[in-house]
Amino acid sequence: MGEAITFGADRALTLDSGQTLSPFTIAYRNYGTLNADKSNTILVCHALTLDQFAAGENPVTGRPGWWDLMIGPGKPIDTDRFFVVCSNVLGGCMGTTGPAETNPVTGEPYGLSFPMVTIRDMVRAQAMLLDALGIDKILCVIGGSMGGMQVLQWAASFPKQVVSAVSLAAAARHTAQNIAFHEVGRQAIIADPAWKSGAYALHDTSPAKGLAVARMAAHVTYLSEAALQRKFGRALQNRDSVSFGFGPDFQIESYLHHQGTTFVDRFDANSYLYITRAMDYFDLAADYGGVLAEAFRGSKTRFCIVSFTSDWLFPTAENKRVAHALNAAAANVSFVEIATDKGHDSFLLYEPELFATVRGFLNSVAAAQGVAE
Amino acid sequence: MKTLRPDLTAIAEMIPPHTRVLDVGCGEGELLEYLAAEKQVDGRGVELSQQNVNACVARGLSVVQGDADTDLAEYPSQVFDIVILSQTIQATRAPLAVLRHLLRIGRHTIVSFPNFGHWRVRLSLLIAGRMPNTATLGHRWYETPNIHLCTIADFVAMSHEAGATTERAIALSEEGRTRPMRSDAWAPNLFAEGAIFMLRAKGLQAASAVSINSGRRPEA
Repeated sequence: MGEAITFGADRALTLDSGQTLSPFTIAYRNYGTLNADKSNTILVCHALTLDQFAAGENPVTGRPGWWDLMIGPGKPIDTDRFFVVCSNVLGGCMGTTGPAETNPVTGEPYGLSFPMVTIRDMVRAQAMLLDALGIDKILCVIGGSMGGMQVLQWAASFPKQVVSAVSLAAAARHTAQNIAFHEVGRQAIIADPAWKSGAYALHDTSPAKGLAVARMAAHVTYLSEAALQRKFGRALQNRDSVSFGFGPDFQIESYLHHQGTTFVDRFDANSYLYITRAMDYFDLAADYGGVLAEAFRGSKTRFCIVSFTSDWLFPTAENKRVAHALNAAAANVSFVEIATDKGHDSFLLYEPELFATVRGFLNSVAAAQGVAE
Repeated sequence: MKTLRPDLTAIAEMIPPHTRVLDVGCGEGELLEYLAAEKQVDGRGVELSQQNVNACVARGLSVVQGDADTDLAEYPSQVFDIVILSQTIQATRAPLAVLRHLLRIGRHTIVSFPNFGHWRVRLSLLIAGRMPNTATLGHRWYETPNIHLCTIADFVAMSHEAGATTERAIALSEEGRTRPMRSDAWAPNLFAEGAIFMLRAKGLQAASAVSINSGRRPEA
């Protein structure tokens, strides 16, 4: 398993909501070796339902980490050269304090008594973790989707610590459509009678059906129409003709059911509610008078913004908005759009141009900082 | 390192070390890579072709996909020491507006372009009565991206209209040789294959001249 650091009463975390979280634990994994002058740290920020097990084998699922293609010896995020840290987000369910953990005041799981957390709160908690690890300069903060939101928040909140930042398939805000899809997922969970107003752990039940539906709806948003059509089309599942019933006639239905049922084994329903809400609340410009460029004013951080042509969840236009704001702030920015039909999830897949971009960008940043090869 | 195109070599020679440079229409980043390696320039690029942009970023350059006609407006004023537009102005929809933005964004602006006043171009029209199809202008009229070709004299007139002062003017020969020229001279307009101008907006002389000559890196 990974590592974890617990911050006691003396290191309470004051959240955007005004509430305080204490004590709390951050679970993390690290890869590679921190160099002598502590200049080779890469912080990897994970997406909504992922975790700290970015590379190597995930000890919970027994499968390769979600970015095992990207992180490792000789890979674009080269663990022979860089010290890589990935932590489970605040509100998560893989060891970092979240609604499934025990509330020390009541001795029962937090459930809905867990305070609302934001992307900025997640970043504050990560900053405390890095501080505890003795790291005050980050060579690169990198992440996709919600991970990219954390990247942008890091660059805005801690510009002096962040040498470079790579945001993939992300945005500086959630749009109405983004919020709408999340609300569908949350209502599916809340409508499950087993949810019990979030206190399912006390009732020994599990809102697995609601969470599975939430995952099914969300999963569709991670793919593109073209990819779905190519992969499934109207192909039927284990049958030659339609059943004139509501069973999973089509392969796409069977596939979504599988996605839903495997998800509930590894994810907590309340965590899903809290983290989707954190994404909905994210609007970086709002903290800077509504002008996104102000979030990056005077920044010396080097940025790389990447979008994917078939991503309709965080489309190129939203990513370009960030690139334009960085330009307007005279920041050092690269913007790459990668042509693929694999949708939002492209950042998790082997896309040669993505890998070339990340490798080239990191090598250039590392060389400029004098990080040994 | 590959040898640079002659006009890019001439441009590179005009750029002091340790300056902050924006290359608009940077292609695959040949000039930016050269300037970073040889002159420790803090370079950025804007390029229309996404494919070229991706190639640039994979080479470690800071480049964004963008269109000179639409995207220069978002850049703040006077944040670059030098802005470069090489062999691109003739392909923009609104060359005067683009030039005004360049003069605003950079303390100095370098523009290179093919000279439509070259004698062979004139001869082609005069004798054959056909649009020229030469080595530098190798497209037929109906498929050329060069929708706003001009002569050196035309460019000089436009630079006056944009409120620019010419700091240097260089004529490019067919063989890639460069020689300084007077921007109002008639001979280069007839014999030069192309031209490179270094301009600045009027009223910006004193402070900018210091920074360019000393090669000091200004604050962002």
